[in-house]
Parts: sequence; C-alpha cells; structure tokens
Amino acid sequence: MPERRDTDLLFKALADPSRRKLLDLLHAHDGRTLSELCEHLDMTRQAVTQHLDVLVTANLVATVRRGREKLHFLNPVPLQEIYERWIAKFETRRLKALDNLKRRLEKTNG
Amino acid sequence: MARSTFVYVTYIRTTPEQLWSALTDKEFMKQYWFGSHCESEWTAGSPWKLVSGDGVALDAGEIVEADPPRRLVIRWRHQSKPELAVEGDSRCTMELEPTGTAVKLSITHTIEREPSKLIAAVSGGWPKVISNLKSLLETGSIALRDPYPVEKAG
Repeated sequence: MPERRDTDLLFKALADPSRRKLLDLLHAHDGRTLSELCEHLDMTRQAVTQHLDVLVTANLVATVRRGREKLHFLNPVPLQEIYERWIAKFETRRLKALDNLKRRLEKTNG
Repeated sequence: MARSTFVYVTYIRTTPEQLWSALTDKEFMKQYWFGSHCESEWTAGSPWKLVSGDGVALDAGEIVEADPPRRLVIRWRHQSKPELAVEGDSRCTMELEPTGTAVKLSITHTIEREPSKLIAAVSGGWPKVISNLKSLLETGSIALRDPYPVEKAG
C-alpha cells in the first residue's frame, strides 16, 4: 500500500534529532546549500548529506538547482497531511488546553 | 538581488492530464481552494486572477508560460491587502512530472525581495490547498473544509 509506505518514511525521517534540527534550520531560513547547513551542525558533510537524503525521500525537503548550487527547501506539505490525519481529528482544542497546562507547570518547576 | 522563495512538492496518484484540469477548472478548483477559484484562458499572455468565494479579486496577473500538462507559470500580484500589493509582482511556477503511478506536483513561488509579506502569506495557504487537492483527486473527498478550523472552533 503506497500510502502506508509514505507515512512510514515520514515518521522515520522525523524520528531523529539531527533531521529535526535540519528542518528547524530550513524553517528559520529556507533555500540553503549543503555547506550552509553544515555550518550549523556538528557532524561530517557526508553525515549531513545522508540525513538530507532521508528527508528528501520522505518529501520533507525539496531541492532546486540554481546554477552550480543545490538549494534545500523545507516542504511542509507532508506535515500538513500529518496534521490533518493525526492531530486535527483528535480534538485539537482540548489537546491545546492540556499542552498549555504542561507548559505552565514545567515553567514554574524549572 | 535578495529573493524569497518557497517550494512545495506533493505526489498525487493521478495522471498529469487530470491534475492539469484540476488546476485549471474553475468549478473543480472551488472544491479544494476553500471556495476560491482562478479565472483565465490558461494560455501564455492571457490574464489570470484568483477570486474568493464572495467574488473579491485576491490576486491578479497573467499567464507567462502554459505547456499543458507539464508547466504553468503565473505572474502573480496581490490585490486586496495594501501591504501585500505594494510588494509588486511575484512568480508562481507549477510543474507536473509523472513518476510511476503518481504525478509529482512542484509549486515554486518567488518574489525579488527579502523578507516578503506576500510569500509569508501565501506559504501558509498553499499546504492546505495542495493537501486538499491531493485528497480530492485520490479519494474523492477533501480533508479540510475550512482553512482555519481551530481558530473558528474556539
């Protein structure tokens, strides 16, 4: 079933702190080259390339060639699909109230 | 020159021809674009506009390139909000590429300024529109009826 495979790839791609950091970096500033991304990560260029490949396969990152450069863009479309499939239908309002409570309590404790 | 761009990509299990007609058919578009639709002849040089459900022209411009069912380029300028309209022309490129059983739809929206309020504004809307389009073409029904369901529920 292709749909299930897409979802598996997506959650596997998200299940890694370095890949989530790459998504955050692109969210802060989209359209970066591999070298620009490497500056923010404490790992080899090859490791960053491998993480980016996983994100591209999951369609969370799209690449565009501009001259000799390859630019990486955050593609939020699969995240929107996760939102609709896994969050919106589970009573967002009550979850938000719980999330606010958690944040408030953790702030006072910290 | 500074430039703001976003690139959104989705894979839709359909044919390029069907996807092209979904992107250009006025009545079909209303189903996934939250009641809005585009008006155009969809040939190079013809005027283009995006009209809301209550008849307000939100954006307008012209078709720069039309190569059905492969590539569509629109010169796109916002009309209704002054702070977005003042940014001038942007360019929206839609590319349709068959990949096995699906079609890869890439939407690139660019404006020659950084930062851009227009790009920030449209980038919030596109994922919802594209996700609805995918869902409508693949399953026959849309995922979201309302673009901002959480806010309105509150």
